[in-house]
Amino acid sequence: MTRSSQQLWHFHGGLKLDSNKAMSTRTPIIKASLPERLVLPVQQHIGEAGQLLVKVGDKVLKGQAVTESSEYISAPVHAPTSGTVVEIGEFPTPHPSGLNTLCIVIESDGEDEWIELKPTLYPNTKSPSELRQLIRQAGIVGLGGAAFPTSVKVNPGPKAHIETLIINGVECEPYISCDDMLMREYAEELISGCSIIQYIVSATHCLIAIEDNKPEAIQAIKTVIKEKALHTIEVVCIPTLYPTGGEKQLIKVLTHKEVPSDGFPSDIGLLVQNVGTAVAVHKAIVLGEPLISRIVTITGNGVQQPQNIEVLIGTLISELIKQSGGYHEDASKLIMGGPMMGFTLQTDHLPVIKGSNCILVENTQAEAPATMPCIRCSACATVCPAQLLPQQLYWMASSKKFDLIQDYHLFDCIECGCCAQVCPSQIPLVQYYRFAKTEIWNQERDKIKSDHARVRHDFRQARLDKEKKERAEKLRKKKELLEKKKMAETAAKKEDTETEIDPKKSAIEAAMKRVQKKKEAKLASDENVNEK
Amino acid sequence: MSILVAIITLTVISTIFGVLLGYTSVKFHVEGDPIVDKIDALLPQTQCGQCTYPGCRPYAEAITSGEAGINQCPPGGEATMLALSDLLGIEPVALDEEHADEPQKTVVYIDEQICIGCTLCIQACPVDAILGAAKQMHTIIENECTGCDLCIPPCPVDCIHIKTVKPEQDTWRWSLPASTETAPKA
Repeated sequence: MTRSSQQLWHFHGGLKLDSNKAMSTRTPIIKASLPERLVLPVQQHIGEAGQLLVKVGDKVLKGQAVTESSEYISAPVHAPTSGTVVEIGEFPTPHPSGLNTLCIVIESDGEDEWIELKPTLYPNTKSPSELRQLIRQAGIVGLGGAAFPTSVKVNPGPKAHIETLIINGVECEPYISCDDMLMREYAEELISGCSIIQYIVSATHCLIAIEDNKPEAIQAIKTVIKEKALHTIEVVCIPTLYPTGGEKQLIKVLTHKEVPSDGFPSDIGLLVQNVGTAVAVHKAIVLGEPLISRIVTITGNGVQQPQNIEVLIGTLISELIKQSGGYHEDASKLIMGGPMMGFTLQTDHLPVIKGSNCILVENTQAEAPATMPCIRCSACATVCPAQLLPQQLYWMASSKKFDLIQDYHLFDCIECGCCAQVCPSQIPLVQYYRFAKTEIWNQERDKIKSDHARVRHDFRQARLDKEKKERAEKLRKKKELLEKKKMAETAAKKEDTETEIDPKKSAIEAAMKRVQKKKEAKLASDENVNEK
Repeated sequence: MSILVAIITLTVISTIFGVLLGYTSVKFHVEGDPIVDKIDALLPQTQCGQCTYPGCRPYAEAITSGEAGINQCPPGGEATMLALSDLLGIEPVALDEEHADEPQKTVVYIDEQICIGCTLCIQACPVDAILGAAKQMHTIIENECTGCDLCIPPCPVDCIHIKTVKPEQDTWRWSLPASTETAPKA
């Protein structure tokens, strides 16, 4: 690809927001202390949940897989430290629903003893498919938040040709700084991870996109690239604008290409990976370590010591808050993710999962302003980075016109929250879209279920009809047989009587004759007696 | 003279079209009623009979013939009623009051300690979701159960019970935000 260095484009809309990142980047990343108890949700990724490999009472080592799956779109979960499985059951996990889900609870033995690791010091000696398999076994998912299994993403299929690998270090959402700190402190690992992914998908170029509000990160990575004299990896500094970190928006900014509405970046020769994922790939291949920890930003005005912590997956959020100096007295709201796309948590007794990038503690006491009717000002359409018509979508969602709303490309909405941010009527627009999306998915599930039930009902009906017919046929045959037998019998009887009547008659006649003779003889003898 | 031409022309035209129509009605004859199929496709296929018809298809037939309304399907709830109104171009009708709430998904389960293996429930199940044999314990295949509850009345020992399907994270739905109508007008 020939691109004149630094030429950039714009996507539609977007917002300039206060970044509020400085509060959590003052101190380097600290390592969280080893927790006593870890809660590991079995499903932390998009796709199928794995099957359990352990049972209560089992001893596990750090890095040992505790689930596995034969499904393609899946990722295993690993024990983050050595210890004992003390419980397997339903526990609350960070999810907007607040519902419980199957978790494995591990009690740490304090040894933090690793399982035997199999590092691959020279990734280029292995084939891309072997490396993909290693990535899969390491349980790596997209760490930008979506948690899609990386092994699937780096396998765009035989038809797609990936030209450029884009490493997303944009981190456009306010408050979040875990990627920024990761790039500053793990620049070398990041570059190594980029090279590995680049090799797997045989991309000729690699662009690392970073917003211009992270000069330290840009500097750190540029230094490493210079040291290693890598010519195919380039750092691109892009202007700060929310939501440039969105996959489709970033592609537009860097390449002026647009991802098709129902397509993937691989359709246009691109692959986008988060910086955290690249570091995880480096760890998985070069060190042989599975994904058992991540960097989480603890920030907001409601926490004493905003900072970034490297934390084992499964550590409770309450522990992280404690290690960040605890809550401020006026802390009012706990959010997972950023202020734009995150969701509210009801409690802090929830584990950190692979997709958790930020815990935001707010201290706003003010009640949310009342919602007013839509005045059709179209401010939302002006800022929408997906070029949708948010107010139309809003009307359709609120009147449950789910067919129509899909014609207006509801599923292209990335839920960035720009529309709701600028809405002068304070309408919680994104919530309407989320409602419509989950409702449509639910209807699709119901449709599949009812189609299945119809097939089963029809099959049963057909079976019953067949049985009925068979029974009727059997009955008819039996009847026929009986009738035939009857007919045969009566016919036989008739014949019998016809042939047997004569001898009977003759017998009777003979008997009568004999009686007659006897009578005559008697009469004659009587006469003889009288004559005497 | 000209009137004769007109009459002849019209007669010829109508004959041609008559033949054409007659031919197409034989050639492109459709077995069954496609409208019934379309309605049937929208119904939830629980075969529960709560609409007073013996199954989803008979109800679809009754709607087609104008005998039944579109608001008689409790398991389908408002969504099915709206879909039917959309399909048939009928004004939406309010659901019966007792079914006005969102239908809750349920399945049944057999208390296997009590089951005597009479097979009556197997005969009642419209989707073959009960497994068992005479004098053997029966069990429900939960994934196949539509929650029609038709197996409950025939059970002589009352060992079949209803349980609601627990929502899970992947089937959980966001709720519609409180309507703007309730907000103070500007």
